[in-house]
Amino acid sequence: MPKTLYDKIWEDHVVDQQPDGTCLLYVDRHLVHEVTSPQAFEGLRMHKRTVRCPELTLAVPDHNVPTTDRSKGIVDTESKIQVDTLRNNCKEFNIQLFDVNDKRQGIVHIIGPEQGFTQPGTVIVCGDSHTATHGAFGSLAFGIGTSEVEHVLATQTLIQKKSKNLRINVNGKLPLGVTAKDVILKIIGTIGTAGGTGYVIEFAGDVITYLSVENRMTICNMTIEAGARAGLIAPDEKTFEYFKNRPMAPKGDDWNKALAYWKTLFSDKGCKFDKEINIVGKDIEPLVTWGTSPQDVSPISGTVPDPEKETNKEKKNAMYRSLEYMGLKPNMKISDIKVDTIFIGSCTNGRIEDLRVAANLLKGKKIAKDVTAMVVPGSGLVKDQAEKEGLDKIFKEAGFQWREPGCSMCLAMNDDKLKSKERCASTSNRNFEGRQGRGGRTHLVSPGMAVAAAIHGYLSDVRKIN
Amino acid sequence: MNKFNNIKSIPAHIPLINVDTDMIIPKQFLKTIKRTGLGKSLFYEMRYDENGKVVKDFILNNEPYSKSKILLAGKNFGCGSSREHAPWALLDFGIRCVISASYADIFYNNCFNNGILPIKLDEKAIEELSDYCKRKEEIEIQLENQQILYGNKSIKFDLDSAKKKRLLEGLNDIDMSLKKTTAITEYENKIKKNKPWISRNDKS
Repeated sequence: MPKTLYDKIWEDHVVDQQPDGTCLLYVDRHLVHEVTSPQAFEGLRMHKRTVRCPELTLAVPDHNVPTTDRSKGIVDTESKIQVDTLRNNCKEFNIQLFDVNDKRQGIVHIIGPEQGFTQPGTVIVCGDSHTATHGAFGSLAFGIGTSEVEHVLATQTLIQKKSKNLRINVNGKLPLGVTAKDVILKIIGTIGTAGGTGYVIEFAGDVITYLSVENRMTICNMTIEAGARAGLIAPDEKTFEYFKNRPMAPKGDDWNKALAYWKTLFSDKGCKFDKEINIVGKDIEPLVTWGTSPQDVSPISGTVPDPEKETNKEKKNAMYRSLEYMGLKPNMKISDIKVDTIFIGSCTNGRIEDLRVAANLLKGKKIAKDVTAMVVPGSGLVKDQAEKEGLDKIFKEAGFQWREPGCSMCLAMNDDKLKSKERCASTSNRNFEGRQGRGGRTHLVSPGMAVAAAIHGYLSDVRKIN
Repeated sequence: MNKFNNIKSIPAHIPLINVDTDMIIPKQFLKTIKRTGLGKSLFYEMRYDENGKVVKDFILNNEPYSKSKILLAGKNFGCGSSREHAPWALLDFGIRCVISASYADIFYNNCFNNGILPIKLDEKAIEELSDYCKRKEEIEIQLENQQILYGNKSIKFDLDSAKKKRLLEGLNDIDMSLKKTTAITEYENKIKKNKPWISRNDKS
């Protein structure tokens, strides 16, 4: 029987299946960060359990780390305790750690692929919902809670029930200035933040095929914002090329065996999806979010929607609440929204290609007066590469701050946060109330759109940068 | 994990859709290395103003809702991050059961690992219950019979049988999975042969 990509990976990882469909699923790769792991390690100690396969787990501090000078260590006491706890746990349980001052340190979803720890056809989990990112390489990757982190550490498996199959085809070609970020915002705007609940989404179609692997990561990263725990893209030649010579990728004979296996990872012709959605690539414009849910999207040429036109009472109330929080009026032009802060970074858009796009548009220009702008590279290696290419100089000359790698202002657990009512054009993934700091107002955009906003001081059309 | 027994409580109704985990427990409280103590920070930005003062008209700040064990919420409850701090905060506050039309998948699973029952009902039933909530009267959740009793009425709810068993018996997942160690070892031996690169030969 023809199978979907998800069916294939799933079936290949079932260790045990109960009559009701509950499975014990093998986990090939486990990523750990400092925020969602302390209680899991504590649980192991309490029950005198060990880590079953320490070599299949890789740890990195990313959420709490400062992005400014790190020579003095972490000043915030609680953050320091959490990072120290991760270090001690890794030592005690013999888990590899990229510590704060390691060149390879960075956002967990950027360092996994960068090292080749992430691989096609694997089951990858992490106590972090943006684990979906790794699906861009054809791995079944999803976020788990801390109790499940403990379960994986102890057993190298997870208790799971299979999700349904949803395929989203993005057909045709993207217009100039429209990027992977706009594609995923368009998808979330179309199906809603619960549209993918209960499904694993496979992204397919010409647009997806055409995208680079790093851009595909942006798409899969925000699958969770569409409600699906995992997003998948079938690996292809670009994917295989990406992994060649990565430090933790298979070598020699293993490489050949892995490659042969990876080439079987696609949805068979004639396979059945429970649901299929088609998106027309050429109809997508550069998008921004206006509200406090990632589904609240509008083209940059559009206006803030009017809640009075919404017939559903719950939605209408949610819109009023969002607009009040965001300090916006119905029907105002999106391009009349003035910004205070620009954030380029995060597991959504903190990779070298994102920084190249942004720097290329910024070259020879200055950011607007009264705008604060920062770039936070996704990893130490991304930062190094950018500096080799002179991108840091372009950013700094334009008025951007050039920071150390980490999650930073995406969730504002460190010092990088918005003040109340401060408005930010952000390349991150969530515009929830308080996400970037209490009272802070987030507009999700692509890196190019973040640059456009930085130059003009207003949400602006990237296609109009000279 | 504590066994889930029947619950009787006056439910607190938060009629918002898409309540995300950042709302349930904001990031500054994620710096803890414990599972307990988060109840006082549940829905922090709605419960306390910018100066840390109690917001008087927020439902959970008022009797009898400050002692509610049941939360009635809008659809897509618990969307956003995977933080288990969200169910930890609910539990620490005293919430043992959430009722909503739908949940985000990760949050839903996290509830069961903490002895919280997330009940899914259709939107019509939610509406009826929310009307009933205005009476400030107790409702009863019966897990064994999978029903909610309110006034002289009742509503049945669906639940996965394995998840129900875990709640009723307070079972620990890890204990159950460790009983399958032989199957795990067999699986590992199989992949060592078929997919040797999975066992990280790059390290040797």
